Amino acid sequence: MTDAVPAAPEPLAVAPPDGSTALEGRSAADAVYRSLTTAFAVAIPVLLAFITFEVVAAAWPALRQFGFGFLTSSAWDPVRSQFGAAPMIFGTIVSSLLALILAAPLALGVAIFLSEFSPRWLRQPVSFLVDLLAAIPSVVYGLWGIFVLLPVLRETVMPFLANTLGLGRTPFFSGPAYGNSMLAAAVILAIMILPYISAVSREVLMAVPRSQREAALAMGATKWEMIRDAVIPYARSGILGGLILGLGRALGETMAVTMLIGNRHEISTSLFAPGYTLASVIANEFAEATNELHTSALMACGAVLLVVTLVVNAVARWLVWSVAREPKS
Amino acid sequence: MRFFSIAFATLTVVGTACGRGGDSATSDSISTSGVDLNGAGATFPYPIYSKWASDYEAATGIRINYQSKGSGAGIKQLSDGTVDFGASDGPMTNEEMSRTRHGPVLHFPTVLGAVVVSYNLPELSAPLRLDGEFIADIFMGKITKWNDARLAALNPSAKLPARDILVYHRSDGSGTTYVFTDYLAAASRYWAESAGGPGRGKEVKWPVGLGGQGNEGVAGGVKQTPGSIGYMELAYAKQNSLPVAHVRNAAGEFVEPTIASISAAAEGVVASLTADSDYRISIVNGPGAAAYPISSFTWLLVYSTPPDAAKAKKLVDFMRWMYSTGQQSAAALDYAPLPAALAERLTNRLSTITPTRTP
Repeated sequence: MTDAVPAAPEPLAVAPPDGSTALEGRSAADAVYRSLTTAFAVAIPVLLAFITFEVVAAAWPALRQFGFGFLTSSAWDPVRSQFGAAPMIFGTIVSSLLALILAAPLALGVAIFLSEFSPRWLRQPVSFLVDLLAAIPSVVYGLWGIFVLLPVLRETVMPFLANTLGLGRTPFFSGPAYGNSMLAAAVILAIMILPYISAVSREVLMAVPRSQREAALAMGATKWEMIRDAVIPYARSGILGGLILGLGRALGETMAVTMLIGNRHEISTSLFAPGYTLASVIANEFAEATNELHTSALMACGAVLLVVTLVVNAVARWLVWSVAREPKS
Repeated sequence: MRFFSIAFATLTVVGTACGRGGDSATSDSISTSGVDLNGAGATFPYPIYSKWASDYEAATGIRINYQSKGSGAGIKQLSDGTVDFGASDGPMTNEEMSRTRHGPVLHFPTVLGAVVVSYNLPELSAPLRLDGEFIADIFMGKITKWNDARLAALNPSAKLPARDILVYHRSDGSGTTYVFTDYLAAASRYWAESAGGPGRGKEVKWPVGLGGQGNEGVAGGVKQTPGSIGYMELAYAKQNSLPVAHVRNAAGEFVEPTIASISAAAEGVVASLTADSDYRISIVNGPGAAAYPISSFTWLLVYSTPPDAAKAKKLVDFMRWMYSTGQQSAAALDYAPLPAALAERLTNRLSTITPTRTP
């Protein structure tokens, strides 16, 4: 790379008066460059298609045996070779959406503070620390979750939600508070995806032109009205993009979730109850799965996760697209 | 996931084996060059195999790289012929034995391990006494309170609280689960698959409880939650200073899991072995008044007719060392050494390994 950069402009610099050689040289370089980038661009979809093909091929024995029931059944009994992925599909989607609901306001708050209110000297250190959350390895989150988050949830947060706020009477916060639960998984995921959402939102908000803000202020808007009516609408498709990035991370996250969610093949309405996710079941069982149908069922979980991610992303993209098309008020 | 278990083992077992951290680092770094023997398999014996590899290299200069990927991966890689030896916590099935690349596979027990039943009952001072039927009923959710009458009958002097029982089991497929469910299938009328129970396996359908990730996940859960019960390898209960239950063996005695009582479990079974045994034997709920009932072998898997004579010789030499010098370092890492008579029989059995190509 470093050698190529100074070499490239040479044909231009020594271009002969008629210009013909230079143009030919440029078009040859163009052609090479173009085919190279085309090859790169094609390689990624081909790779994706290849991965999909391999996963589906490996999942085929299980999909053929259980058919549509694989998606609706809660049975998971390796001893008797009965497999169904419904609790994992439910757990993957619920934990990720819940994480997004918890993380989005916090991440947006950080981003808005940094772009609109923060003094200049504070902006860099706070951005750096928030971004640093993304650099912490997943197992470290998991360990922190086991030793810090779970006791806090079990002894303080869960009794507070259930008894003090009286939410224990609703189906969503009922049952014994063990700690390991859908709620614990969602909280850890929220912390993990926060830096992605906040970093993207911050950059997008900072890119909003000054004139936009000044115009709003000139109209007599307060700072809050300016942010609400002039800045955020301008940046909303970018912010949505950040949310999608966060959601994608949450759907595929494995280690920390496995350590906190309780790993139980059951669908429960209560957030205090343990659950399971598609990525967790693969991580838990793949290494020791010797039976062919068991391996195949795990690959089928991988295929389902691929489809779930694809669908969620497609819906999110459609959302961004429809928001971006709306005329800005 | 495997990396995590290894990293955790490296961090926590360091107290019992100084230098384990260094071992795992070397076994990773030597995987690229100058390795004489490659092996893969079970995570349970990784600490001792790793120590053997480094001790053996110090003594002879022969380098052994053992990757703890799980028993399933060990069996698969040996069957494909991509490693020189495999390792597993459960014996290979006949079907698996029939699908190997280089012919018949021999099972060589290396050390013994135990699965202990640990609990969190701050009210108790003396160790809890349990039997197989009762443990099975707890893990099937038939017994949900600690002040159960049957438990009180087993522990007449204990003051049992009226707490709910919270069951912790492993969420990942593991040899520990295999040994535990193998024992329950032998010791309880209702656990076996034929009786409609969960059955035996590295991963079973648990009727109740929470799934912990790895031994450390279960140990952490039990340690933090009053009223909980879980099963784990002996070393993890010790590191977390968790109480372990004394379990009633086939002779009716309540036995504490110790190095001696685990070795005793093998002695009782070995006495009845035939000369042509393939050593794919379960020693759970074995005979002997001193035997701890939830004990098991862990195995090295080697080809009876390995394709590479030079490597086969190195492997046999290593295993001979393992059955003599190597056995002495087992207890320090909470593994039980094989009974001396068994180690001798296995050393003699090494001579049945005959390479297909002679150098």
